[in-house]
Amino acid sequence: MVSRAAPPFSREALLAVLDTVMDPEVPVLSVVELGIVRDVSGGEESVTVTVTPTYSGCPAMRVIEQDIEAALRAHGVEQVDVKTSYSPAWTTDWISAEAREKLRAYGIAPPGAADHDAPVAIGRRRPAVRCPYCNSVQTKMQSEFGATACKAIHVCEQCRQPFEEFKAI
Amino acid sequence: MALDTFEYLIRLGDDRLVLGHRLSEWCGHAPILEEDIALANIALDLIGQANLLFTLAGDAEGAGRDADALAYLRDSLDFRNVLLVELPNGDFAVTIARQFFFSVFAMLQAEALMKSADKDLAGVAEKMHKESRYHVRHSGEWMLKLGDGTEESHTRLQDAVNELWRYTGELFVSDDVERRLVQQKVAVDSSAIEARWREQVNEVLGRAGIQPPEVKWMQRGGRAGQHTEHLSHMLAEMQILQRQHPGASW
Repeated sequence: MVSRAAPPFSREALLAVLDTVMDPEVPVLSVVELGIVRDVSGGEESVTVTVTPTYSGCPAMRVIEQDIEAALRAHGVEQVDVKTSYSPAWTTDWISAEAREKLRAYGIAPPGAADHDAPVAIGRRRPAVRCPYCNSVQTKMQSEFGATACKAIHVCEQCRQPFEEFKAI
Repeated sequence: MALDTFEYLIRLGDDRLVLGHRLSEWCGHAPILEEDIALANIALDLIGQANLLFTLAGDAEGAGRDADALAYLRDSLDFRNVLLVELPNGDFAVTIARQFFFSVFAMLQAEALMKSADKDLAGVAEKMHKESRYHVRHSGEWMLKLGDGTEESHTRLQDAVNELWRYTGELFVSDDVERRLVQQKVAVDSSAIEARWREQVNEVLGRAGIQPPEVKWMQRGGRAGQHTEHLSHMLAEMQILQRQHPGASW
């Protein structure tokens, strides 16, 4: 877990601890891989973690903060402060290629590139999302909103499997 | 200055809290399951945004009120939302038209607020902007489907647009509080949003085959605390838990 010779309360070691905290809604990705953790600093006595929410109303944020605190305490940190920052706003572009592959393997289509500047396309066909199970692009969006704010629902016409897509935002 | 900022943040927060609560009333009642989930998700976004804005408002006020106190322990006279968002849900067409009108406004407003001199507000605006783009797309798609759907859905949407149109003018009314904050580059001049709002809304109405109503008289009052009777009824339900059991937590 803690890599080779890194001192146990170095930034690198603390990030490694946080990399074991999984997102409760997407349990294959850690809060570091998702880009929710923006910064970590401090030492054995106290550590400050800066996080940014995915969506304003994401109900998982409080659980994530508690999990972060618990993981650092278990690592031996005495005082943990979790701060929230809103700018720059979280974007799915921060999810690495490796993490995207984990999403796909878990059955969630990874997000495409986020585009915040183009006018909102209403009633225009959007490119089909590739099925994470059979790789087909013969898929249809069922709903822009899924079981959590960050996901949309699609169905694959090739393998008949409904699947979720991590929305680009 | 701090009081102007408080007032402004409360306006932004109240628009979102009240509309978020209205949308949540659809939970378990929407016409199809996907739509039930969509409306609940948008409600969650809006209530989450209100939570952030109220937290900033409480800090600006400096009287120790947190987001819960501002949401649950104010009376309708203290609410500063536009009348549009407090109107009852009506049928699905009314809910969608109201959502589309507000979402386009909210998107343009958030886009401009991203440049606010208040860095905290600018950060929250950045989040609101991304989310409002999804909301515009969701309600915009439904405007086309209903307007260009069956005779029944077309009639209902035209009726909804006719009914709600007189409440859209208030979105663009500027006042002294706003003007002072605009000078300090904290706020957005609401009246400056109107032209782009009209352009985007009329474009979708045109594609949906819906006639823009020729209403000259515009209702207003919400920003000054003069609300329809609907808001009090809504707040009675929304606030009852904290009113009866102050400080209750899960």
